[in-house]
Amino acid sequence: MSSAKVRLFAGLAELAGTREAEVELGEGLTAAGVFDVLVQRYPSLAGFEAIVRFAVNSAYVPASHPVRDGDEVALIPPVSGGSRAV
Amino acid sequence: MLFEVTADELDPGRVAEHVRRDDAGAIALFYGVVRDHNRGRRVMHLEYDAYPEMATKVMRQIAAEVKERFGVAEIAIQHRTGRLEIGETSLLVAVSSAHRKEAFEACQALVDRFKETVPVWKKEVFEDGEEWVEGDH
Repeated sequence: MSSAKVRLFAGLAELAGTREAEVELGEGLTAAGVFDVLVQRYPSLAGFEAIVRFAVNSAYVPASHPVRDGDEVALIPPVSGGSRAV
Repeated sequence: MLFEVTADELDPGRVAEHVRRDDAGAIALFYGVVRDHNRGRRVMHLEYDAYPEMATKVMRQIAAEVKERFGVAEIAIQHRTGRLEIGETSLLVAVSSAHRKEAFEACQALVDRFKETVPVWKKEVFEDGEEWVEGDH
């Protein structure tokens, strides 16, 4: 069975209670599909698909991006680095 | 070019020296500093989370874009993670160029682009609660 590693950060990691998860890949699973699988496992993530961006192997991808065996999928909530001073 | 995400205290001297070049007459160095208030609430400290592998990759991409657009010589960026106290430095951006105008403009463009795209997140901790900041508004 092929699988992908998922990484969670910031508020999403706190809601799920984990920073990493392993997802088995069904036929044609997309980045958005990976998120759906995670919502079933961690119901507190429900609703966040509206704001999350996806990255596969450290590059931003559209939600429709197909996920392949061994990929690292990251759930990227709205970023807020730097400072507010600017 | 120097692009780092680190839990250690940032080092402005090292970042500025990294971009020093004989053909660059100007170095602009920006500090992002933890402020003690936001939207009328007193901030006790901040916590930064990051996706370090991707953050350094995205920093490299935005630096390449900015270098091309402004024709600057060299760029270095450092961002800190973990708990930061008021007054500590969260972000350093250094740019060198032949003349000062391009260095200032490129530095501002880098900070703006950083906030839009680099996977780094800030949590504000108040006296009576805490919240992850969504975007920079």
